[in-house]
Amino acid sequence: MLKDHDRIFTNLYGQHDWHLDGARAQGDWDGTADLLARGRDAIVNEIKASGLRGRGGAGFPAGLKWSFMPKDRGNKPAYLLVNCDESEPGTCKDREILRFHPHKLVEGCLVAGFAMGATAAYCYIRGEYYNEYVHLQTAVEEAYTAGLLGPDACGSGYAFDVFVHRGAGAYICGEETALIESLEGKKGMPRSKPPFPAAMGLYGCPSTVTNCETVAVAPTIMRRGAKWFAGFGRDKNQGTKLFCISGHVNRPCTVEESMSVPLRELIEVHAGGVRGGWDNLLAVIPGGVSVPMITKEMAETALMDFDSLREFRSGLGTGAVIVMDKSTDVIKAIARISAFYKHESCGQCTPCREGTGWMMRIMNRMVEGRAEVEEIDMLDQMSRQIEGHTICALGDAAAWPIQGLIRHFRPVLEERIAQYKRDLLAKRPPMPMPIAAE
Amino acid sequence: MSETSIAAAAEPTSFAFDPLSDEQIAIILKRYPPGRQASAVIPVLYVVQKQMGRLTGSAWVPRVAMDAVAALLEMPPIRVYEVATFYLMFNTKPIGRFHLQVCTTTPCWLRGSDDVVAACKRATGIQHMGETSVDGLFTMTEVECLGACVNAPMMQINDDYYEDLDGPRTEALLAAFRRGETPPIGSTIGREGSMSVGGPTTLTDEAALWNPEHYAAERRARAEAEAAAAAAAAAPPPAAPPPAGE
Repeated sequence: MLKDHDRIFTNLYGQHDWHLDGARAQGDWDGTADLLARGRDAIVNEIKASGLRGRGGAGFPAGLKWSFMPKDRGNKPAYLLVNCDESEPGTCKDREILRFHPHKLVEGCLVAGFAMGATAAYCYIRGEYYNEYVHLQTAVEEAYTAGLLGPDACGSGYAFDVFVHRGAGAYICGEETALIESLEGKKGMPRSKPPFPAAMGLYGCPSTVTNCETVAVAPTIMRRGAKWFAGFGRDKNQGTKLFCISGHVNRPCTVEESMSVPLRELIEVHAGGVRGGWDNLLAVIPGGVSVPMITKEMAETALMDFDSLREFRSGLGTGAVIVMDKSTDVIKAIARISAFYKHESCGQCTPCREGTGWMMRIMNRMVEGRAEVEEIDMLDQMSRQIEGHTICALGDAAAWPIQGLIRHFRPVLEERIAQYKRDLLAKRPPMPMPIAAE
Repeated sequence: MSETSIAAAAEPTSFAFDPLSDEQIAIILKRYPPGRQASAVIPVLYVVQKQMGRLTGSAWVPRVAMDAVAALLEMPPIRVYEVATFYLMFNTKPIGRFHLQVCTTTPCWLRGSDDVVAACKRATGIQHMGETSVDGLFTMTEVECLGACVNAPMMQINDDYYEDLDGPRTEALLAAFRRGETPPIGSTIGREGSMSVGGPTTLTDEAALWNPEHYAAERRARAEAEAAAAAAAAAPPPAAPPPAGE
C-alpha cells in the first residue's frame, strides 16, 4: 500500500485549504521558476523517465506526447488544452483535483505548457461542474495576482496565460478533437486525424490535449524526481494514480494508490469490501463503462494497470472501478450503458449514430428476454461492425461493454430468453378441446 | 438531442442583455484571442440562461436571445442554434425554478437512482421525465453521468450537486426547496467529499504528508552534495601526471 508520505494529492477530501496559501503549505508552487530554468527538454525528459502515462484512459506516454509539439512555431501561438471534461461514467477523479487541488492543476499548466512551448492553456471543464469551475477560476485569479501567471510567470521571464472554459453537457467533448471544436464555438464533433492537434489544433495552431490528472501530477514529479515516481507500479505502468471505487461496495471512495495495486486490495482495503462479502461479487468494470467487464475470478488476480487488465481483455481506462454484486441484473446494467452511448453519440458517423440505437434497442429486449438466442451472436457481430469504423473511439466504447457481457454472461442472456418463452407459454390460455363433428 | 424545434409558445419578442450580463460578457470575451470570439458562444449562452433565470424565474434560452448572441459574436444565427441545441445544458424551452437533473447512469442506478426518481415524482407530482410540476417550481430531467459516482446516487439541482441520496432524503431535500430554503450542497449524509464513510483509509498521518519543508531539506542536501563535489574538484588529490600524448 502506498504510504501517506508518497501521496501527491494530500488534500483529496478537502480537509485543508485549497486556496493559494493552503496550496503553498502543501508544497505547490515551490520553486517553480527553478523548475522552468531547467529548460524545455529537461522537463520533457524527466517526464519521459518517470514513466507517466496519460491518465485520461488511453495511457499514451505523457513525455512523448509533449515532445510532439513543434520546436519552431514561428510567431504562431501554441496551446496546451487540459481535458477536465470528465464524463466517463464511474469516473470522478478530476473533480477532486478541480475542487480541492486547483493550484496543482494551474501550476501543472505552467510546467507542462512551458515544456511544450505553449503560450496559453485552456482548461476545458465539463459544464455540470459549476462549483468546481468556480474553484479553478478562483485559483487562476489568485495565481495571476501573485505573479505566478502572466507576462513574467513566477519571475521566470516566460509569458503564460491560463483560461478556464466550461463545456455544456456533451460526453463527446472529452474526445480531443471534439474538445477543440467545442472550444472554437462549434458542436463537439470529432475531426479526422491527421492532421493531429500537435500540428493543427485549436485555431489551426499547434495544440496538445492532456488529461487533468496528467497535468496536475507533473510539478510534483519534477520536484521529487522521475526516479521517485517510477518507483511505484510495474515496469511501463509506473506511478501513482487516483482510483474511484463505486457501485456495490460498503464504502465507496476515491483514493490515490500506486499503479499495479491488486484490484481486490483496492476494493477490500479502501472501499470496505464488496457488499455481502467477496463471494457476493458478480463482476467488475475496472476502468469506466467503456471497458469490458471482468468476472470475479479475474478480479481476484487482476492488477490495476494498463498491461494486466489488457491480459483480461479489458483496460485500465480512467481507473474507475464499478463493482456489481450478485443482486445485479447484469443485462440491465449494460443496457443502461448502451442507452448512455446512444444518447451521447454526436451523430457524425453512420455506424455509431445508427448502431448505438440498434444496440440499445436489442439490449432493451435482452433485458426482458424478448429475443431469439441467435440474436446474441447478431448483437456481437453488430458491435464489431461499429468498432473501428468511426472517426473517434465512441463507437468502440459503445461496442466493448456489450462484447464483455456476451463473453462472460452468455448463459445469463440465454436463460433470460428461455424464461421469457416459458412465461409466454404459461400465460397463453389453454387451447379449447376440439370437439369432433358428428 | 431530441428537442429540435425551438419552443414557439412562450417565446418572448425581444431580448437584451442587462448590465450584469454585459459585465460578465466583457470578462468572458477577454479569454479568447481577437477574431476568435465565436469561442465564447457557450459561456455567453450561459449568461443568457442565467439572466433569464434571474429576471423571469425560468432559466432557458429563447430564440431571440440566440439571435442576440449571434449578433454579439458576429456569427451566423444558425451556428448559435446548432450549439444551443447540441449541448444538453441549454434549455430551449421554459423550465421550472428548480431544475432536477437526476443521474440514472449505471453507477447511480446500481446504488438506487430508481428510488431517487420515484421520490422526485412523489414530491413534485411530475409523471414523466422532462415535465414541469403544475406549480411551476420543479422540472425533472434524466441526465447521463454527472461525474460524482463515488457519491451515488446523486442529482444536480440548478448548479449544485446533492449526493448520497435515497428516497426519503430526496423527498426531504425537495420539501426544503419548496419551503424556500437552500439546503447545504454536497453529501446529504455529511460525508467530506469522496472520503469513505466512517473516515478515510489514507491521508491519516498528517506528519508524513509532503510539504515545503521536505523540498527545502532536499534542496539543502543537494546543495551540500554539490558543494562537497565542488570542493573535491577544487582540491584534487595529488594525481599522477597525465600520460604523454594526451
